Amino acid sequence: MDNEQPIVDFSAIHDALGKNFEPVQVIDGQAKVVKPEIVAKYTNDQLVEFLKLMIWERTLHQRSNALTRQGRLGFYAPTEGQEASEMGSNSAMKSTDVLMPAYRDIPQLIQHGLPVYKAFLWSRGHVLGNEYPEDLHAMPPQIIIGAQYVQAAGVALGIKKNKTADKVAYTYTGDGGTSQGDFYEGMNFAGAFQAPAVFIVQNNGYAISVPRRKQTNARTLAQKAVAAGIPSIQVDGMDFLAVHEVTKAARDYAIAGNGPVMIETLTYRFGPHTNAGDDPKRYRTKDEEQPWFDNDPLIRYRKYLTEQGAWSEAQEDDYVEQVKADIKAAVKQADDAPKQKITEFLSNVFEEQPQNIQQQITAYQAKESK
Amino acid sequence: MSKKTYIQAITDALRLELGSDDRTLLFGEDVGKNGGVFRATDGLQAEFGEDRVFDTPLAESGIGGLSIGLALEGFRPIPEIQFLGFIFETLDSIAGQMSRERFRMGGTRHMPITIRSPYGGGTHTPEMHADSLEGYLAQIPGLRVVTPSNPYDAKGLLIASIRNNDPVFFLENLKLYRSMKADIPDEAYTVPLDKAAVVREGTDISLIAYSAQVNQSLKVAEKLAKEGISAEVIDLRTLSPLDEETILKSVEKTGRAVAIQEAQRQAGIAANVAALIAEKGALYLSAPVGRVYAPDTVYPFGLAEDDWLPAEDEIEAKTREILTY
Repeated sequence: MDNEQPIVDFSAIHDALGKNFEPVQVIDGQAKVVKPEIVAKYTNDQLVEFLKLMIWERTLHQRSNALTRQGRLGFYAPTEGQEASEMGSNSAMKSTDVLMPAYRDIPQLIQHGLPVYKAFLWSRGHVLGNEYPEDLHAMPPQIIIGAQYVQAAGVALGIKKNKTADKVAYTYTGDGGTSQGDFYEGMNFAGAFQAPAVFIVQNNGYAISVPRRKQTNARTLAQKAVAAGIPSIQVDGMDFLAVHEVTKAARDYAIAGNGPVMIETLTYRFGPHTNAGDDPKRYRTKDEEQPWFDNDPLIRYRKYLTEQGAWSEAQEDDYVEQVKADIKAAVKQADDAPKQKITEFLSNVFEEQPQNIQQQITAYQAKESK
Repeated sequence: MSKKTYIQAITDALRLELGSDDRTLLFGEDVGKNGGVFRATDGLQAEFGEDRVFDTPLAESGIGGLSIGLALEGFRPIPEIQFLGFIFETLDSIAGQMSRERFRMGGTRHMPITIRSPYGGGTHTPEMHADSLEGYLAQIPGLRVVTPSNPYDAKGLLIASIRNNDPVFFLENLKLYRSMKADIPDEAYTVPLDKAAVVREGTDISLIAYSAQVNQSLKVAEKLAKEGISAEVIDLRTLSPLDEETILKSVEKTGRAVAIQEAQRQAGIAANVAALIAEKGALYLSAPVGRVYAPDTVYPFGLAEDDWLPAEDEIEAKTREILTY
């Protein structure tokens, strides 16, 4: 009996799982064009604008890092290394699309319309940073891992019910986020309702200290969408054009009424999880980090456009100075925010104030008028 | 006016609000074609179409998140959580997300969501189907917790909840669904949120209850009246935030109070009522505040339910104890 063939070869089934995901790439790590037909769709001026988005994000990161160390910002989750993944995807969206970000997605939120000084106020812990005008189609950065995924499904269903054309909900999480139930529930709901959502997973290798390989036995994170019956893809997350084109295609697919898409970007978090004491030296080695540092998304696009004669060090220096000046002005504006009042907090718990809130407003008014 | 059961009053409220506001959406597990496992949404999908009344995949956290996203897109979601015991799966959506959005965003966004859910013991359900979890919900700032004790309030409170621009957790008592009938108006009307009702006036003692225990308390008051004891009965209706004025006014008049709940003793609504009276009405009292509750165990196995649940005689005994203290 022992030699009998089993009815099913689970080893073979397991070996085949996730094998059909081949990361999309347009310009490789050596700045060599892999897909010339994609590059040909863009003028050098357009590509320069893309590079500038990444330089902007890198500069924002460097200044945020410094400001955090000086105690002038509060919570900050470094974005260095993820510029192609974040700007490449976000730039494929429209300002009328609804962004449901997590806490590392501040650069996308700013590009989507949040003023930089408000992002800084959010970091410091000031409600003004979360007061969004009607036409800013986004929610504040989500702290609970994965919660934005189920909400994005709701926004997408709302878009469908409102019959709004040319509009999607898009959301981000990390590799760790794909272990949450909400990650799957969000994709499954959007899939079941055929709602226009684009789910982006920035696989940056780590959920704080736990590496991607310990999160799941799945070969890819992209394959997790298969169970929800929605299409997914892996993309070189250090390749701006690849991320941009894939996201654009995902958006087009969703607005055509086909339902949601999931994208896994393969990227790397160059720095710590947050600036609140995380030290990557505790859980990863220089040998592991160096190839990723060499794979910096800015290097290949800077190199390609410099070779094309479309970009120069002097241009970059000028641009960085301009971005720094903008950030400096934003810090000043954030400094000018008025002190927060408990009475205002109390007034924003409910629209119509119940007795306990009324009593406490009266009590705090007396304190605050002293 | 028509004679309606508690659950028919709920269906009536849902039908009227779906009919009068096309931004309302009703959804959850089995609420569509099946009309809900208790038939609370019976016939609503047929009447309003699958776009407005629809089944979701079987995932409570997804239902909570879906509600938040739909509210952002301008809808007024009325999700159903099939049994209150299932909210643990979606507590983040309730406590971590929707109840915080108005506050979190400085009043620039709001969440007009009414979550309906049946609860309460005495119908021999499987585990996690009958628990009284309102104490958990009452600790959430930004969330109203509302529960009716009769068909009139069921309709009026539900309509008020749906029309309110903030999240409301609307608790429907399983045992009352079909055991109570009353004449209620056919048209839409509201019963105010944040307001308790004095359902029986009295001068000797205040029985402060909600949901099924209001009816038990009324029976006790009736019995005591025959002995010349005048018990006032208060139906809290909104469990959080509490209507402090009505409670304190009653205790000022009677000088004695019993707070009654079906939930376990620890950290429940009755504790909030007792604390309120201790904090703001202690000098009105001629006796300690009494409490009636279930023992501090997990909700019991079905065959032991009747021994575990606080019964009318316990309310009566506690009332007599406080009266003669």
